[in-house]
Amino acid sequence: MKRWALYISRRLLYMAVTLWLIITATFLLMSLLPGSPYNYRDQLSQAQIDILDQKYGLNQPLAVRYVTYLRNILHGDFGISLQFSDQPITKLLANRVGPSMRLGLQAVAFGTVVGTILGVIAAMRQNTWIDTFSSLFAIIGRSTPNFVVAVILQFTFAVSLKLLPIGLWKDGFRSTILPTLALSISPMADAARFIRTEMVEVLGSDYIELARAKGMSETRLAFTHGLRNALIPLVTIIGPMTVSLMTGSLVVENIFAIPGIGEQFTKSILSNDYYTIMAVTILYSSLLLAVIFVMDVLYQVIDPRVRVEADA
Amino acid sequence: MNERTLPCERPDTLPDELFRLRGAVPADEVGAVRASSFGFFQDAWRRLRRNKAAVGSIIVLTVVVILAYSAPLIAPYNPNMQNVPYANLPPRIPGISVNGMNGKIPMRGQWVDRYALANVPDDVHYLFGTDEFGRDLLSRALYGTRISLTIAFIAALLDLSIGVSFGLFSAMRGGAVDSIMQRLLEILTGIPSLVLVVLMLLVFKPGMVSIVLALAMSAWAPMARIVRAQTLRLKRMEYVLAARALGMSRFRIALSHVLPNISGTVVVRAMFSIPYAIFFETFLSFIGVGMRIPNASIGTLLNGGYKVFRIYSYQMWIPAVILCVIMLAFNLFADGLRDALDPKMKEQGDAHE
Repeated sequence: MKRWALYISRRLLYMAVTLWLIITATFLLMSLLPGSPYNYRDQLSQAQIDILDQKYGLNQPLAVRYVTYLRNILHGDFGISLQFSDQPITKLLANRVGPSMRLGLQAVAFGTVVGTILGVIAAMRQNTWIDTFSSLFAIIGRSTPNFVVAVILQFTFAVSLKLLPIGLWKDGFRSTILPTLALSISPMADAARFIRTEMVEVLGSDYIELARAKGMSETRLAFTHGLRNALIPLVTIIGPMTVSLMTGSLVVENIFAIPGIGEQFTKSILSNDYYTIMAVTILYSSLLLAVIFVMDVLYQVIDPRVRVEADA
Repeated sequence: MNERTLPCERPDTLPDELFRLRGAVPADEVGAVRASSFGFFQDAWRRLRRNKAAVGSIIVLTVVVILAYSAPLIAPYNPNMQNVPYANLPPRIPGISVNGMNGKIPMRGQWVDRYALANVPDDVHYLFGTDEFGRDLLSRALYGTRISLTIAFIAALLDLSIGVSFGLFSAMRGGAVDSIMQRLLEILTGIPSLVLVVLMLLVFKPGMVSIVLALAMSAWAPMARIVRAQTLRLKRMEYVLAARALGMSRFRIALSHVLPNISGTVVVRAMFSIPYAIFFETFLSFIGVGMRIPNASIGTLLNGGYKVFRIYSYQMWIPAVILCVIMLAFNLFADGLRDALDPKMKEQGDAHE
């Protein structure tokens, strides 16, 4: 127990340090960037600039601004958006977390479930057409960028067939179908390939042979005995999956005009809204750090063979 | 002959012909055995050749690379030359009269001949059609593929060299230096590569050089980790120990003993980072922070095509298909290479953090 406490506290400390370094680095980068936050700066008089600088706290030295920024972040305040006049960024982003999270969760759930089923069937019917189809699907899914998938889905189901809404967040579940599908392709392909490899290995082991000898049906064998053990290493691909979802959501949300974090990030990048870019950067980094942390801990809880390295 | 029932009254009188060395090969067959031995890369090449998907993708990639890099010779038009009267002409391929490839396009439910509407002479053909400014899409596709491939190759080469040097140095040095370098890597992996690339692009001026740098910066950390892990494993091997005992410097051991032995892993990993770089370049150009207009890359072509895909869908399909074919070929080739060079590494090389 003590080893666990030590391990977790060490990991949390690393996470905090990493996050602090990321915040510092982005803060410095953003302050060193050339250009001014005000449009038409040349047309402003020095007095006007002074007033604006004072309003936004830009007249203070860099160090003071940095400390203020850190303190505000600890209180959940990311400053105000430069693009949308004086909107607090925390409020701006809070409204957008919902759609992004819903799409992400739906995509992961749908992708892993379908991918797992594909992988299990491929492993049970090794070297048949269904196995070939499954691996072909996996490699195509891995090779096709999700924005291409999104565009093709939008063209086929929204523009040509007119079955589903072309975008926006107005029709409840119906408007989540296409973006979810587009985002789920890569988790689906990853899960299918991964589960197939694991299942082939598990299905060859002795206890499966024993269960088979005792007369258990192949389907029950695969799903109750095999899958349970094959699922464990799936935890390790949660990290890469989250990363690909982040990247994917950025452009998929844009294509389907969904009011999520990714769409806001693109807008901020294109309009040089530095404070919002920083806020989203910190948000994404914390998300990734949290996922890596949970993934490592979970893996050690599920699989006792992986030893806790508290003293490493 | 059964050894147990040998007629052996006295051991020193045993006749020679009753004995045979087990497993020995007659002298005249020795040469035949030697002829079938292979070097490491010969063996890998033999395995790679048996993989149909890998061979197919090598052929596709060769054709694509040759076409892309001979763009100045074979492109029918200047890729940036605007010709507004000929804007948005669909593909017209001589000798083919299938709708969609004969210059006709569906508008309001009817197939309309855009070439006739624009008064294009009969002998002018745009095989991939033209874009909104009348630029030839075939030429733009050729030049665009060239730029995308160049970015991917240089980025992969860069992250390969940074990652390998970092990993090798860290593992060979060991101690506190290794520890510090590892913490640095841990921090870098905590930053999503998306965020890293976007921040780099905001700081540098947008363009090819900054995209290459940003991609290399975001991709070398996993390479460094793999190289370090492998080096640590090899460092404990007897032959490295022997080399140290003989007084070889760590630098020379790294170059002449460690590096050749991890080259398989490194090559495979580098092959996977090429499609990654292509994906990221198209992704950045698609959201509008990558290559700048009028320079064509697959990403900018896709972006331009997407804007008009409800009417002129061919402008989106062509770059999309090119992108998917290239990505698929690189992935299949890298998969085949991994199976051929390092069968143990299967399923290990797909962490894209």
